[in-house]
Amino acid sequence: MEGPGRGTRPGPRLYLAPALVFLGLFLVYPSIRTIVLSFYGPRSQNFVGFHNYLTAFTSSSMLTAFRNNLLWLLVFTFFSVGMGLVLAVLLDRVRYEALVKSIVFLPMAISYVAAGVIWKFMYAYRPASAAQIGLLNAIVVALGGKPIGWLIERPWINNLALIAVGVWVWTGFCTVVISAAYKGIPKEMLEAARIDGASEWQVFLRITIPFLKSTLAMVTTTMIVFVLKVFDIVYVMTNGAYDTEVIANRMYKEMFLYQNYGLASAIAVILFLLIVPFILINIRRFRAQEAVR
Amino acid sequence: MRWRRRLSRLPLHLFLLAVVLIWLAPSLGLFVSSFRPKEDLYSSGWWTLISDPSRARFTLENYRQVLLREGMGRAFLNSFIIAVPTTLLTIGVAALAAYALAWMDFRGRQILLVSVVGLIVVPLQLSLIPILRIYRTLHLNGTFPGVWLAHTGFGLPFMIYLLRNFFAALPSELFESAFIDGASHFTAFTRLLLPLSVPVLASAAIFQFLWVWNDLLVALVFLGGYEQVAPLPLKLALLVGSRGQDWHLLTAAAFISMIVPLMVFLSLQRYFVRGILAGALKG
Repeated sequence: MEGPGRGTRPGPRLYLAPALVFLGLFLVYPSIRTIVLSFYGPRSQNFVGFHNYLTAFTSSSMLTAFRNNLLWLLVFTFFSVGMGLVLAVLLDRVRYEALVKSIVFLPMAISYVAAGVIWKFMYAYRPASAAQIGLLNAIVVALGGKPIGWLIERPWINNLALIAVGVWVWTGFCTVVISAAYKGIPKEMLEAARIDGASEWQVFLRITIPFLKSTLAMVTTTMIVFVLKVFDIVYVMTNGAYDTEVIANRMYKEMFLYQNYGLASAIAVILFLLIVPFILINIRRFRAQEAVR
Repeated sequence: MRWRRRLSRLPLHLFLLAVVLIWLAPSLGLFVSSFRPKEDLYSSGWWTLISDPSRARFTLENYRQVLLREGMGRAFLNSFIIAVPTTLLTIGVAALAAYALAWMDFRGRQILLVSVVGLIVVPLQLSLIPILRIYRTLHLNGTFPGVWLAHTGFGLPFMIYLLRNFFAALPSELFESAFIDGASHFTAFTRLLLPLSVPVLASAAIFQFLWVWNDLLVALVFLGGYEQVAPLPLKLALLVGSRGQDWHLLTAAAFISMIVPLMVFLSLQRYFVRGILAGALKG
Protein backbone atom coordinates (compact mmCIF):
# COMPACT_ATOMS: atom_id res chain seq x y z
CA MET A 1 0.00 0.00 0.00
CA GLU A 2 1.31 3.42 -1.00
CA GLY A 3 1.60 6.03 1.70
CA PRO A 4 2.00 9.76 1.18
CA GLY A 5 4.79 11.04 -1.07
CA ARG A 6 8.44 10.17 -0.66
CA GLY A 7 9.00 13.51 1.02
CA THR A 8 7.89 12.04 4.36
CA ARG A 9 10.38 9.16 4.15
CA PRO A 10 11.65 9.30 7.75
CA GLY A 11 8.02 8.54 8.73
CA PRO A 12 8.19 4.89 9.78
CA ARG A 13 11.37 5.39 11.80
CA LEU A 14 9.80 8.23 13.74
CA TYR A 15 6.69 6.24 14.58
CA LEU A 16 8.61 3.11 15.51
CA ALA A 17 11.49 4.70 17.40
CA PRO A 18 9.86 4.95 20.87
CA ALA A 19 8.66 1.34 20.74
CA LEU A 20 12.00 0.06 19.48
CA VAL A 21 13.86 1.86 22.27
CA PHE A 22 11.58 0.29 24.88
CA LEU A 23 11.70 -3.19 23.37
CA GLY A 24 15.45 -3.00 23.01
CA LEU A 25 16.18 -1.68 26.49
CA PHE A 26 13.64 -3.74 28.43
CA LEU A 27 13.36 -6.99 26.53
CA VAL A 28 16.03 -7.68 23.90
CA TYR A 29 19.18 -6.42 25.57
CA PRO A 30 18.36 -7.75 29.09
CA SER A 31 17.44 -11.16 27.68
CA ILE A 32 20.80 -11.50 25.95
CA ARG A 33 22.56 -10.23 29.05
CA THR A 34 20.74 -12.78 31.22
CA ILE A 35 21.87 -15.60 28.94
CA VAL A 36 25.48 -14.39 29.33
CA LEU A 37 25.13 -14.02 33.12
CA SER A 38 23.86 -17.58 33.41
CA PHE A 39 27.41 -18.76 32.62
CA TYR A 40 28.94 -16.68 35.41
CA GLY A 41 29.13 -17.04 39.19
CA PRO A 42 26.80 -15.54 41.83
CA ARG A 43 28.31 -12.03 41.47
CA SER A 44 28.87 -12.33 37.70
CA GLN A 45 32.66 -12.03 38.06
CA ASN A 46 34.03 -15.43 37.11
CA PHE A 47 33.06 -17.64 34.19
CA VAL A 48 31.74 -20.97 35.42
CA GLY A 49 30.58 -22.67 32.21
CA PHE A 50 27.55 -24.85 32.67
CA HIS A 51 27.91 -25.04 36.43
CA ASN A 52 24.69 -23.09 37.14
CA TYR A 53 22.71 -25.30 34.79
CA LEU A 54 24.13 -28.38 36.46
CA THR A 55 22.99 -27.01 39.83
CA ALA A 56 19.59 -26.10 38.40
CA PHE A 57 19.02 -29.61 37.12
CA THR A 58 20.32 -31.45 40.19
CA SER A 59 19.50 -29.46 43.33
CA SER A 60 16.62 -30.99 45.25
CA SER A 61 14.65 -27.74 45.48
CA MET A 62 14.77 -27.34 41.71
CA LEU A 63 13.78 -30.96 41.16
CA THR A 64 10.77 -30.37 43.41
CA ALA A 65 9.96 -27.26 41.40
CA PHE A 66 10.16 -29.17 38.10
CA ARG A 67 7.91 -31.89 39.50
CA ASN A 68 5.37 -29.35 40.71
CA ASN A 69 5.30 -27.42 37.46
CA LEU A 70 4.67 -30.75 35.72
CA LEU A 71 1.85 -31.49 38.17
CA TRP A 72 0.40 -28.02 37.51
CA LEU A 73 0.76 -28.62 33.78
CA LEU A 74 -1.24 -31.84 33.88
CA VAL A 75 -3.86 -31.11 36.54
CA PHE A 76 -4.38 -27.38 36.05
CA THR A 77 -4.58 -27.59 32.27
CA PHE A 78 -6.93 -30.58 32.35
CA PHE A 79 -9.36 -29.01 34.81
CA SER A 80 -9.38 -25.44 33.54
CA VAL A 81 -9.84 -26.42 29.89
CA GLY A 82 -12.15 -29.32 30.85
CA MET A 83 -14.37 -27.15 33.04
CA GLY A 84 -14.38 -24.47 30.36
CA LEU A 85 -15.55 -26.98 27.76
CA VAL A 86 -18.22 -28.52 30.01
CA LEU A 87 -19.57 -25.10 31.02
CA ALA A 88 -19.54 -23.80 27.44
CA VAL A 89 -21.67 -26.75 26.29
CA LEU A 90 -24.02 -26.82 29.30
CA LEU A 91 -24.56 -23.07 29.55
CA ASP A 92 -25.73 -23.01 25.95
CA ARG A 93 -28.82 -24.90 27.13
CA VAL A 94 -30.01 -22.55 29.86
CA ARG A 95 -31.48 -19.07 29.84
CA TYR A 96 -29.28 -17.66 32.60
CA GLU A 97 -26.09 -18.29 30.60
CA ALA A 98 -24.79 -14.70 30.69
CA LEU A 99 -25.14 -14.42 34.45
CA VAL A 100 -23.21 -17.62 35.19
CA LYS A 101 -20.52 -16.63 32.70
CA SER A 102 -20.04 -13.28 34.46
CA ILE A 103 -19.77 -14.97 37.85
CA VAL A 104 -17.23 -17.53 36.65
CA PHE A 105 -15.27 -14.85 34.78
CA LEU A 106 -15.08 -12.49 37.75
CA PRO A 107 -11.85 -13.90 39.29
CA MET A 108 -10.03 -12.95 36.06
CA ALA A 109 -10.44 -9.30 37.08
CA ILE A 110 -8.69 -9.50 40.44
CA SER A 111 -5.02 -10.05 41.23
CA TYR A 112 -3.56 -13.48 41.92
CA VAL A 113 -2.50 -12.07 45.27
CA ALA A 114 -6.12 -11.28 46.17
CA ALA A 115 -7.24 -14.68 44.86
CA GLY A 116 -4.51 -16.23 47.00
CA VAL A 117 -5.76 -14.45 50.13
CA ILE A 118 -9.38 -15.40 49.36
CA TRP A 119 -8.45 -19.06 49.12
CA LYS A 120 -6.02 -19.01 52.01
CA PHE A 121 -9.04 -17.99 54.07
CA MET A 122 -11.10 -20.85 52.55
CA TYR A 123 -8.29 -23.24 53.51
CA ALA A 124 -7.82 -21.79 57.01
CA TYR A 125 -6.88 -24.52 59.45
CA ARG A 126 -7.46 -24.63 63.18
CA PRO A 127 -7.16 -27.52 65.62
CA ALA A 128 -10.23 -29.74 66.01
CA SER A 129 -10.97 -28.18 69.43
CA ALA A 130 -11.41 -24.64 68.02
CA ALA A 131 -14.21 -23.29 65.82
CA GLN A 132 -13.28 -23.64 62.15
CA ILE A 133 -13.26 -20.33 60.30
CA GLY A 134 -12.25 -21.77 56.92
CA LEU A 135 -15.23 -23.03 54.95
CA LEU A 136 -13.56 -26.19 53.70
CA ASN A 137 -12.50 -27.45 57.11
CA ALA A 138 -15.92 -26.52 58.52
CA ILE A 139 -17.44 -28.84 55.91
CA VAL A 140 -14.91 -31.58 56.67
CA VAL A 141 -15.63 -31.33 60.41
CA ALA A 142 -19.39 -31.21 59.85
CA LEU A 143 -19.08 -34.45 57.91
CA GLY A 144 -17.31 -36.00 60.89
CA GLY A 145 -13.70 -35.66 59.70
CA LYS A 146 -10.63 -34.08 61.26
CA PRO A 147 -9.55 -30.63 60.01
CA ILE A 148 -7.02 -30.85 57.18
CA GLY A 149 -3.93 -28.67 56.77
CA TRP A 150 -4.73 -27.95 53.14
CA LEU A 151 -1.58 -25.96 52.51
CA ILE A 152 0.66 -28.15 54.67
CA GLU A 153 -0.10 -31.78 53.82
CA ARG A 154 2.60 -32.68 51.31
CA PRO A 155 3.01 -33.48 48.55
CA TRP A 156 -0.42 -33.92 46.99
CA ILE A 157 -3.04 -32.08 49.06
CA ASN A 158 -1.14 -28.79 49.28
CA ASN A 159 -0.08 -28.73 45.65
CA LEU A 160 -3.57 -29.61 44.48
CA ALA A 161 -4.98 -26.93 46.79
CA LEU A 162 -2.79 -24.35 45.06
CA ILE A 163 -3.70 -25.67 41.62
CA ALA A 164 -7.41 -25.37 42.53
CA VAL A 165 -6.90 -21.62 42.98
CA GLY A 166 -5.45 -21.41 39.48
CA VAL A 167 -8.40 -23.34 38.08
CA TRP A 168 -10.81 -21.04 39.93
CA VAL A 169 -9.16 -18.02 38.33
CA TRP A 170 -8.81 -19.31 34.75
CA THR A 171 -11.97 -21.39 34.17
CA GLY A 172 -13.94 -18.25 33.26
CA PHE A 173 -11.48 -17.39 30.52
CA CYS A 174 -11.64 -20.93 29.09
CA THR A 175 -15.44 -20.93 29.27
CA VAL A 176 -15.85 -17.63 27.45
CA VAL A 177 -13.37 -18.49 24.67
CA ILE A 178 -14.68 -22.02 24.11
CA SER A 179 -18.29 -20.85 24.32
CA ALA A 180 -17.70 -18.28 21.56
CA ALA A 181 -16.41 -21.07 19.29
CA TYR A 182 -19.20 -23.45 20.35
CA LYS A 183 -21.81 -20.95 19.23
CA GLY A 184 -20.19 -21.11 15.79
CA ILE A 185 -21.17 -24.74 15.26
CA PRO A 186 -24.10 -24.80 12.80
CA LYS A 187 -27.17 -25.81 14.80
CA GLU A 188 -28.54 -27.83 11.84
CA MET A 189 -25.50 -30.06 12.04
CA LEU A 190 -26.17 -30.93 15.70
CA GLU A 191 -29.91 -31.35 15.04
CA ALA A 192 -29.35 -33.60 12.03
CA ALA A 193 -27.13 -35.89 14.08
CA ARG A 194 -29.71 -36.06 16.87
CA ILE A 195 -32.52 -36.88 14.42
CA ASP A 196 -30.33 -39.63 12.99
CA GLY A 197 -30.40 -41.16 16.45
CA ALA A 198 -27.00 -40.06 17.80
CA SER A 199 -26.86 -39.79 21.60
CA GLU A 200 -25.79 -36.50 23.21
CA TRP A 201 -22.48 -38.10 24.07
CA GLN A 202 -21.89 -39.13 20.46
CA VAL A 203 -22.78 -35.66 19.24
CA PHE A 204 -20.28 -34.25 21.72
CA LEU A 205 -17.47 -36.60 20.69
CA ARG A 206 -18.06 -36.72 16.94
CA ILE A 207 -19.15 -33.17 16.15
CA THR A 208 -18.49 -30.75 19.01
CA ILE A 209 -14.93 -31.82 19.84
CA PRO A 210 -13.65 -31.96 16.23
CA PHE A 211 -15.27 -28.61 15.52
CA LEU A 212 -13.64 -26.99 18.58
CA LYS A 213 -10.23 -28.55 18.00
CA SER A 214 -8.28 -25.42 17.08
CA THR A 215 -9.92 -23.36 19.85
CA LEU A 216 -9.14 -26.04 22.42
CA ALA A 217 -5.55 -26.13 21.19
CA MET A 218 -5.28 -22.35 21.56
CA VAL A 219 -6.77 -22.35 25.05
CA THR A 220 -4.55 -25.24 26.11
CA THR A 221 -1.36 -23.52 24.95
CA THR A 222 -2.43 -20.37 26.82
CA MET A 223 -2.92 -22.41 29.99
CA ILE A 224 0.46 -24.12 29.58
CA VAL A 225 2.25 -20.78 29.17
CA PHE A 226 0.53 -19.57 32.36
CA VAL A 227 1.54 -22.74 34.21
CA LEU A 228 5.18 -22.49 33.23
CA LYS A 229 5.35 -18.93 34.58
CA VAL A 230 3.09 -19.50 37.62
CA PHE A 231 4.41 -17.39 40.49
CA ASP A 232 2.06 -15.09 42.44
CA ILE A 233 -0.32 -17.75 43.77
CA VAL A 234 2.51 -19.87 45.15
CA TYR A 235 4.49 -16.88 46.44
CA VAL A 236 1.54 -15.58 48.45
CA MET A 237 0.00 -18.82 49.69
CA THR A 238 2.99 -20.98 50.65
CA ASN A 239 6.11 -19.31 49.25
CA GLY A 240 7.19 -22.77 48.19
CA ALA A 241 7.13 -24.24 51.72
CA TYR A 242 6.25 -27.91 52.27
CA ASP A 243 7.37 -28.99 48.80
CA THR A 244 5.16 -26.58 46.85
CA GLU A 245 8.05 -24.83 45.09
CA VAL A 246 7.71 -23.83 41.42
CA ILE A 247 10.34 -22.71 38.90
CA ALA A 248 9.45 -18.98 38.86
CA ASN A 249 9.42 -18.73 42.67
CA ARG A 250 12.78 -20.52 42.80
CA MET A 251 14.19 -17.97 40.36
CA TYR A 252 12.89 -15.12 42.51
CA LYS A 253 14.47 -16.59 45.64
CA GLU A 254 17.85 -17.13 44.01
CA MET A 255 17.76 -13.55 42.77
CA PHE A 256 16.60 -11.76 45.92
CA LEU A 257 17.11 -14.00 48.91
CA TYR A 258 20.46 -15.54 47.94
CA GLN A 259 21.65 -12.87 45.46
CA ASN A 260 22.95 -15.67 43.26
CA TYR A 261 22.57 -13.92 39.91
CA GLY A 262 24.29 -16.71 37.99
CA LEU A 263 21.91 -19.43 39.14
CA ALA A 264 18.87 -17.14 38.95
CA SER A 265 19.77 -16.30 35.35
CA ALA A 266 20.20 -19.97 34.49
CA ILE A 267 16.72 -20.72 35.91
CA ALA A 268 15.28 -17.82 33.89
CA VAL A 269 16.91 -19.22 30.74
CA ILE A 270 15.49 -22.68 31.45
CA LEU A 271 12.04 -21.12 31.88
CA PHE A 272 12.52 -19.34 28.59
CA LEU A 273 13.58 -22.52 26.79
CA LEU A 274 10.46 -24.29 28.09
CA ILE A 275 8.37 -21.49 26.58
CA VAL A 276 10.18 -21.35 23.20
CA PRO A 277 7.90 -23.99 21.60
CA PHE A 278 4.89 -21.84 22.47
CA ILE A 279 6.54 -18.75 21.02
CA LEU A 280 6.93 -20.68 17.77
CA ILE A 281 3.32 -21.90 17.92
CA ASN A 282 2.11 -18.31 18.39
CA ILE A 283 4.18 -17.08 15.47
CA ARG A 284 2.86 -19.86 13.27
CA ARG A 285 -0.72 -19.08 14.28
CA PHE A 286 -0.12 -15.39 13.58
CA ARG A 287 1.25 -16.19 10.12
CA ALA A 288 -1.79 -18.34 9.35
CA GLN A 289 -4.08 -15.47 10.42
CA GLU A 290 -2.17 -13.04 8.22
CA ALA A 291 -2.45 -15.37 5.23
CA VAL A 292 -6.24 -15.34 5.59
CA ARG A 293 -6.40 -11.55 5.75
CA MET B 1 -45.31 -34.09 30.06
CA ARG B 2 -43.87 -30.69 30.63
CA TRP B 3 -42.94 -31.23 34.28
CA ARG B 4 -41.25 -34.42 33.23
CA ARG B 5 -39.01 -32.56 30.81
CA ARG B 6 -38.32 -30.01 33.49
CA LEU B 7 -37.41 -32.77 35.92
CA SER B 8 -34.97 -34.34 33.47
CA ARG B 9 -33.18 -31.01 33.33
CA LEU B 10 -32.90 -30.77 37.10
CA PRO B 11 -29.37 -32.28 37.31
CA LEU B 12 -28.18 -29.68 34.81
CA HIS B 13 -29.53 -26.82 36.94
CA LEU B 14 -28.14 -28.34 40.12
CA PHE B 15 -24.70 -28.71 38.57
CA LEU B 16 -24.70 -25.10 37.43
CA LEU B 17 -25.92 -23.98 40.86
CA ALA B 18 -22.98 -25.82 42.43
CA VAL B 19 -20.62 -24.07 40.01
CA VAL B 20 -22.07 -20.68 40.90
CA LEU B 21 -21.68 -21.43 44.62
CA ILE B 22 -18.07 -22.56 44.23
CA TRP B 23 -17.23 -19.43 42.29
CA LEU B 24 -19.08 -17.01 44.56
CA ALA B 25 -18.65 -18.42 48.06
CA PRO B 26 -14.91 -17.70 48.45
CA SER B 27 -15.24 -14.02 47.50
CA LEU B 28 -18.48 -13.66 49.45
CA GLY B 29 -16.84 -15.13 52.55
CA LEU B 30 -13.98 -12.68 52.28
CA PHE B 31 -16.32 -9.76 51.77
CA VAL B 32 -18.60 -10.63 54.72
CA SER B 33 -15.68 -11.38 57.03
CA SER B 34 -13.97 -8.08 56.33
CA PHE B 35 -16.89 -6.31 58.08
CA ARG B 36 -17.03 -8.58 61.12
CA PRO B 37 -15.52 -7.58 64.49
CA LYS B 38 -12.26 -9.37 65.20
CA GLU B 39 -13.67 -11.47 68.10
CA ASP B 40 -16.63 -12.67 66.02
CA LEU B 41 -14.43 -13.57 63.08
CA TYR B 42 -12.37 -15.96 65.19
CA SER B 43 -15.24 -17.50 67.17
CA SER B 44 -17.51 -18.51 64.29
CA GLY B 45 -17.42 -18.99 60.52
CA TRP B 46 -18.83 -16.27 58.26
CA TRP B 47 -21.53 -18.63 56.96
CA THR B 48 -23.16 -18.72 60.40
CA LEU B 49 -24.51 -15.25 59.58
CA ILE B 50 -26.71 -16.86 56.95
CA SER B 51 -28.11 -19.45 59.33
CA ASP B 52 -28.42 -17.03 62.23
CA PRO B 53 -28.63 -13.42 60.96
CA SER B 54 -29.78 -12.11 64.35
CA ARG B 55 -26.27 -12.59 65.76
CA ALA B 56 -24.66 -10.58 62.98
CA ARG B 57 -22.55 -7.61 64.01
CA PHE B 58 -20.72 -5.42 61.56
CA THR B 59 -17.93 -2.89 61.86
CA LEU B 60 -15.71 -0.68 59.72
CA GLU B 61 -12.88 -0.93 62.24
CA ASN B 62 -10.93 -3.44 60.10
CA TYR B 63 -10.94 -1.07 57.15
CA ARG B 64 -9.98 1.88 59.33
CA GLN B 65 -7.04 -0.07 60.66
CA VAL B 66 -5.65 -1.37 57.34
CA LEU B 67 -6.17 1.90 55.51
CA LEU B 68 -4.67 4.17 58.12
CA ARG B 69 -2.32 2.09 60.22
CA GLU B 70 -1.22 -0.73 57.91
CA GLY B 71 -0.59 1.51 54.91
CA MET B 72 -3.24 0.18 52.51
CA GLY B 73 -4.48 3.75 51.98
CA ARG B 74 -1.06 4.81 50.81
CA ALA B 75 -0.80 1.65 48.67
CA PHE B 76 -4.15 2.45 47.04
CA LEU B 77 -2.80 5.84 46.01
CA ASN B 78 0.48 4.26 44.84
CA SER B 79 -1.44 1.85 42.62
CA PHE B 80 -3.04 4.77 40.80
CA ILE B 81 0.27 6.63 40.57
CA ILE B 82 1.78 3.52 38.97
CA ALA B 83 -1.08 2.30 36.77
CA VAL B 84 -2.38 5.53 35.18
CA PRO B 85 0.85 6.93 33.69
CA THR B 86 1.96 3.43 32.65
CA THR B 87 -1.29 2.85 30.78
CA LEU B 88 -1.12 6.19 28.95
CA LEU B 89 2.54 5.73 28.06
CA THR B 90 2.07 2.17 26.82
CA ILE B 91 -0.98 2.98 24.72
CA GLY B 92 0.71 6.03 23.19
CA VAL B 93 3.93 4.27 22.24
CA ALA B 94 2.07 1.17 21.06
CA ALA B 95 -0.41 3.11 18.92
CA LEU B 96 2.39 4.88 17.03
CA ALA B 97 4.23 1.62 16.36
CA ALA B 98 1.03 -0.23 15.48
CA TYR B 99 0.13 2.46 12.95
CA ALA B 100 3.52 2.13 11.28
CA LEU B 101 3.22 -1.66 11.23
CA ALA B 102 -0.28 -1.51 9.77
CA TRP B 103 -0.16 1.35 7.26
CA MET B 104 3.42 2.19 6.38
CA ASP B 105 5.72 0.45 3.96
CA PHE B 106 9.27 -0.15 5.05
CA ARG B 107 11.91 -2.82 4.86
CA GLY B 108 11.85 -5.36 7.69
CA ARG B 109 8.21 -4.76 8.53
CA GLN B 110 7.30 -8.44 8.47
CA ILE B 111 10.29 -9.43 10.59
CA LEU B 112 9.48 -6.74 13.13
CA LEU B 113 5.87 -7.87 13.29
CA VAL B 114 6.83 -11.50 13.86
CA SER B 115 9.38 -10.45 16.52
CA VAL B 116 6.69 -8.52 18.37
CA VAL B 117 4.41 -11.57 18.34
CA GLY B 118 7.30 -13.70 19.58
CA LEU B 119 8.11 -11.29 22.41
CA ILE B 120 4.57 -11.44 23.82
CA VAL B 121 5.12 -14.65 25.78
CA VAL B 122 8.81 -14.29 26.61
CA PRO B 123 8.90 -14.61 30.42
CA LEU B 124 9.67 -11.39 32.30
CA GLN B 125 12.13 -13.36 34.38
CA LEU B 126 14.53 -13.31 31.44
CA SER B 127 14.81 -9.50 31.70
CA LEU B 128 14.68 -8.80 35.42
CA ILE B 129 18.28 -9.12 36.61
CA PRO B 130 20.02 -6.89 34.03
CA ILE B 131 17.32 -4.21 34.38
CA LEU B 132 17.59 -4.36 38.15
CA ARG B 133 21.33 -3.75 37.88
CA ILE B 134 20.93 -0.85 35.48
CA TYR B 135 18.27 0.61 37.79
CA ARG B 136 20.59 0.36 40.76
CA THR B 137 23.32 2.36 39.02
CA LEU B 138 20.82 4.93 37.75
CA HIS B 139 18.99 5.08 41.12
CA LEU B 140 15.70 4.17 39.43
CA ASN B 141 15.15 1.36 41.91
CA GLY B 142 12.25 2.04 44.24
CA THR B 143 11.01 4.97 42.14
CA PHE B 144 7.75 5.41 40.23
CA PRO B 145 9.43 6.33 36.90
CA GLY B 146 11.40 3.08 37.14
CA VAL B 147 8.21 1.00 37.31
CA TRP B 148 6.43 3.10 34.66
CA LEU B 149 9.23 2.42 32.20
CA ALA B 150 9.59 -1.26 33.05
CA HIS B 151 5.86 -1.94 32.82
CA THR B 152 5.69 -0.10 29.51
CA GLY B 153 8.52 -2.15 28.10
CA PHE B 154 6.95 -5.43 29.26
CA GLY B 155 3.43 -4.51 28.14
CA LEU B 156 4.36 -3.17 24.70
CA PRO B 157 4.56 -6.34 22.59
CA PHE B 158 1.00 -7.34 23.38
CA MET B 159 -0.34 -3.79 23.07
CA ILE B 160 1.33 -3.31 19.68
CA TYR B 161 -0.04 -6.66 18.53
CA LEU B 162 -3.57 -5.88 19.72
CA LEU B 163 -3.70 -2.40 18.17
CA ARG B 164 -1.97 -3.42 14.94
CA ASN B 165 -4.54 -6.18 14.35
CA PHE B 166 -7.34 -3.67 14.71
CA PHE B 167 -5.67 -0.93 12.66
CA ALA B 168 -4.82 -3.32 9.83
CA ALA B 169 -8.43 -4.48 9.65
CA LEU B 170 -9.68 -0.97 8.81
CA PRO B 171 -10.66 -0.56 5.13
CA SER B 172 -7.67 0.54 3.06
CA GLU B 173 -9.80 2.84 0.83
CA LEU B 174 -10.14 5.10 3.83
CA PHE B 175 -6.41 5.72 4.03
CA GLU B 176 -5.85 5.73 0.28
CA SER B 177 -8.37 8.50 -0.33
CA ALA B 178 -6.94 10.49 2.58
CA PHE B 179 -3.43 10.20 1.15
CA ILE B 180 -4.67 11.15 -2.34
CA ASP B 181 -6.18 14.26 -0.78
CA GLY B 182 -2.69 15.08 0.41
CA ALA B 183 -2.97 13.97 4.03
CA SER B 184 0.31 13.25 5.79
CA HIS B 185 0.80 10.21 8.00
CA PHE B 186 0.48 12.47 10.99
CA THR B 187 -2.92 13.71 9.83
CA ALA B 188 -4.07 10.17 9.00
CA PHE B 189 -2.97 9.00 12.42
CA THR B 190 -4.53 11.77 14.51
CA ARG B 191 -7.62 12.67 12.45
CA LEU B 192 -8.58 9.36 10.91
CA LEU B 193 -7.17 6.45 12.85
CA LEU B 194 -7.49 7.52 16.48
CA PRO B 195 -11.16 8.61 16.30
CA LEU B 196 -12.04 5.33 14.59
CA SER B 197 -10.18 3.31 17.22
CA VAL B 198 -11.78 4.58 20.41
CA PRO B 199 -13.38 1.22 21.33
CA VAL B 200 -10.19 -0.78 20.79
CA LEU B 201 -8.10 1.85 22.56
CA ALA B 202 -10.52 1.57 25.49
CA SER B 203 -10.19 -2.22 25.55
CA ALA B 204 -6.42 -1.97 25.36
CA ALA B 205 -6.26 0.68 28.08
CA ILE B 206 -8.49 -1.32 30.42
CA PHE B 207 -6.43 -4.44 29.85
CA GLN B 208 -3.11 -2.71 30.51
CA PHE B 209 -4.49 -0.78 33.49
CA LEU B 210 -5.75 -3.94 35.20
CA TRP B 211 -2.61 -5.85 34.27
CA VAL B 212 -0.47 -3.23 35.99
CA TRP B 213 -2.94 -2.74 38.86
CA ASN B 214 -2.85 -6.49 39.61
CA ASP B 215 0.87 -7.04 39.03
CA LEU B 216 3.00 -8.44 41.81
CA LEU B 217 6.26 -9.56 40.17
CA VAL B 218 7.41 -6.25 38.65
CA ALA B 219 6.53 -4.35 41.84
CA LEU B 220 8.27 -6.96 43.97
CA VAL B 221 11.50 -6.75 41.97
CA PHE B 222 11.76 -3.00 41.40
CA LEU B 223 9.94 -1.67 44.48
CA GLY B 224 10.54 -4.61 46.80
CA GLY B 225 12.48 -2.93 49.58
CA TYR B 226 10.57 0.37 49.49
CA GLU B 227 7.29 0.07 51.40
CA GLN B 228 6.25 3.69 50.95
CA VAL B 229 5.92 3.25 47.18
CA ALA B 230 4.41 -0.28 47.23
CA PRO B 231 1.21 -0.77 45.19
CA LEU B 232 -1.75 -2.80 46.51
CA PRO B 233 -0.80 -6.37 45.55
CA LEU B 234 2.73 -5.91 46.91
CA LYS B 235 1.42 -4.37 50.12
CA LEU B 236 -1.14 -7.16 50.46
CA ALA B 237 1.54 -9.80 49.93
CA LEU B 238 3.69 -8.10 52.59
CA LEU B 239 0.73 -8.16 55.00
CA VAL B 240 0.25 -11.88 54.36
CA GLY B 241 3.89 -12.30 55.33
CA SER B 242 3.81 -10.14 58.46
CA ARG B 243 0.23 -10.68 59.72
CA GLY B 244 -0.56 -14.06 58.19
CA GLN B 245 -3.15 -15.05 60.79
CA ASP B 246 -4.84 -11.68 61.28
CA TRP B 247 -7.80 -12.45 59.09
CA HIS B 248 -9.76 -9.36 60.14
CA LEU B 249 -7.00 -7.27 58.51
CA LEU B 250 -6.22 -9.54 55.55
CA THR B 251 -9.85 -9.81 54.44
CA ALA B 252 -10.31 -6.03 54.49
CA ALA B 253 -6.96 -5.44 52.77
CA ALA B 254 -7.72 -7.99 50.05
CA PHE B 255 -11.09 -6.42 49.39
CA ILE B 256 -9.54 -2.95 49.13
CA SER B 257 -7.18 -4.30 46.47
CA MET B 258 -10.17 -5.73 44.56
CA ILE B 259 -12.50 -2.72 44.56
CA VAL B 260 -11.16 -1.00 41.44
CA PRO B 261 -10.89 -4.15 39.29
CA LEU B 262 -14.40 -5.18 40.35
CA MET B 263 -15.81 -1.78 39.46
CA VAL B 264 -14.06 -1.83 36.11
CA PHE B 265 -15.32 -5.35 35.48
CA LEU B 266 -18.92 -4.61 36.41
CA SER B 267 -19.19 -1.30 34.54
CA LEU B 268 -17.03 -1.99 31.48
CA GLN B 269 -17.46 -5.74 31.17
CA ARG B 270 -17.76 -5.72 27.39
CA TYR B 271 -14.46 -3.89 26.82
CA PHE B 272 -12.82 -5.89 29.54
CA VAL B 273 -13.81 -9.28 28.13
CA ARG B 274 -12.79 -8.18 24.64
CA GLY B 275 -9.37 -7.17 25.90
CA ILE B 276 -8.90 -10.43 27.78
CA LEU B 277 -9.97 -12.52 24.81
CA ALA B 278 -7.54 -10.73 22.55
CA GLY B 279 -4.99 -11.21 25.31
CA ALA B 280 -5.21 -14.98 24.99
CA LEU B 281 -1.69 -14.98 23.59
CA LYS B 282 -0.17 -13.23 26.55
CA GLY B 283 -1.01 -16.01 29.01
